[in-house]
Amino acid sequence: MTENIVIIGGGQSGVQLCDSLRTEGYVGAITLYASETHLPYQRPPLSKDFIAEGADAVALPLRAERFFADRAVDFYPGISVTSIDLGIKTVTLSDETSTNYSSLVFATGARNRTLTIEGSNLAGIHYLRTLDDATLLRGELAQATRTVVVGAGFIGLEFAAAARQRGLDVTVLEFGPRPMGRVLSEPMSRYFTEAHTRNGISMKLGEGIAAFGGDGGRITSAIGTSGTEYPANIVLVGVGVIPNDELASAAGIDSENGIIVNATLQTSDPDVFALGDCARYPHAQTGVMTRLESVQNATDQAKTLAKTLTGYPANYDSLAWFWSQQGPIKLQIAGITDGHDKSVLRGNLQANKFSIYCFRDTALVGVESVNSPADHMTARRVLTSGFPISPEQIADSGFDLKSHLKAFELADRG
Amino acid sequence: MSMITYHHENGHTDLIVAVAGTSVMRAAVINGVEGIIGECGGQAMCATCHVYVREEFLDLLPEMSDDEEEMLEITASPRDEVRSRLGCQLKITTSLNEIAVDVPPMQVQ
Repeated sequence: MTENIVIIGGGQSGVQLCDSLRTEGYVGAITLYASETHLPYQRPPLSKDFIAEGADAVALPLRAERFFADRAVDFYPGISVTSIDLGIKTVTLSDETSTNYSSLVFATGARNRTLTIEGSNLAGIHYLRTLDDATLLRGELAQATRTVVVGAGFIGLEFAAAARQRGLDVTVLEFGPRPMGRVLSEPMSRYFTEAHTRNGISMKLGEGIAAFGGDGGRITSAIGTSGTEYPANIVLVGVGVIPNDELASAAGIDSENGIIVNATLQTSDPDVFALGDCARYPHAQTGVMTRLESVQNATDQAKTLAKTLTGYPANYDSLAWFWSQQGPIKLQIAGITDGHDKSVLRGNLQANKFSIYCFRDTALVGVESVNSPADHMTARRVLTSGFPISPEQIADSGFDLKSHLKAFELADRG
Repeated sequence: MSMITYHHENGHTDLIVAVAGTSVMRAAVINGVEGIIGECGGQAMCATCHVYVREEFLDLLPEMSDDEEEMLEITASPRDEVRSRLGCQLKITTSLNEIAVDVPPMQVQ
């Protein structure tokens, strides 16, 4: 049978995989199905630059339009896969045709978790993930004066900061005790609460959403779990995502909060793989089954999988890193800080330029940096090289981390 | 309409027509100019749109922010103290309506 790698999903990981397969020398067919009709685009700017006043209304593409022809990728925008037959290695498509595959890759991503509470269907309540979501939101923002943001995660806070920069009154409701509590250390969460508050955003922690109030079918307020009513003419809900794993489980592939894969990103069917937001994999550093939603994770998994699919099986073991731009604050995270038991600050908190180093059993597991990109890049090198560094050294502002790291890297290579 | 010229190490040149407000990174990504990645989408956070600006345009460039200054210290190809900039921070304006850059050999270590 002729080789045909079928990729489901035209997001960051699916498009990167097309690119990397050709870079690795794969000469067979590549077929890419994307449910959206747009040229594949970068999602991160949608909650930042794209919704700023006077910003460029055109999304930044992941690749130039001619990329697909140049790399001989059969790209089908607006076509989704409706079912899979693992036995005869065939996918059935939304246009009722079908295609055979030699390898099948799920790059199906995730979708927003939605609210089903009183008033949740009112006009003016938005979610943000796709270009269409962002275009709609941006259009309404021009008239809006007051916004309530439900959920103090990355998306919610990026939007909150951008809305504040546009001059809106902004209230953030967060059910948990601190913002970005799922990913950040406690001191970093506290910094963000204070920084956003200083910036004029009203941060309501420990306040969930109970209902929305409306008038004539349009949002007028959000009602918190405390019973407090917050006036709003636009609402953004950012309460997490659900991995798109239903198509895989319907075909009989093991899934549970994501499509389950091994270290080579292979599913329970040997000819089927999954990567990016939809895949749950054994994390190389922590050993824990992990599902990450980030550009780095999508990109690096695609590069790894391209090796496996071209005959050089590779385990995914890249260092995780993330970023978020919240108004004037640049946050960058290297590593996974889950379960750390000690955090050490280095830099200048008052000057909004510092990093928090997170340790578990005295080993560095992750670094969170604010407005300190050089710290972040150094942290990535420290974590990748395995350079042993102690909390005491980090706490010592006179300790020259960069030159010690350099010496270690040279000795390691030598 | 303005012109951005990207010179590659192998002698190849890309000439891209760009509109006001477009950055050197964005024009490259949209048009598939090799060697410019723009992984962070233009936030001065990844240093994968590093360029060496040709001498004759250096006087026309916008001032460098602290973030850009810091990112240029960690580029994959060595920094040129005079000519290195991040493409995402160089936008076409009335004062910068033409620019030529050299694309560095590497953007990722």
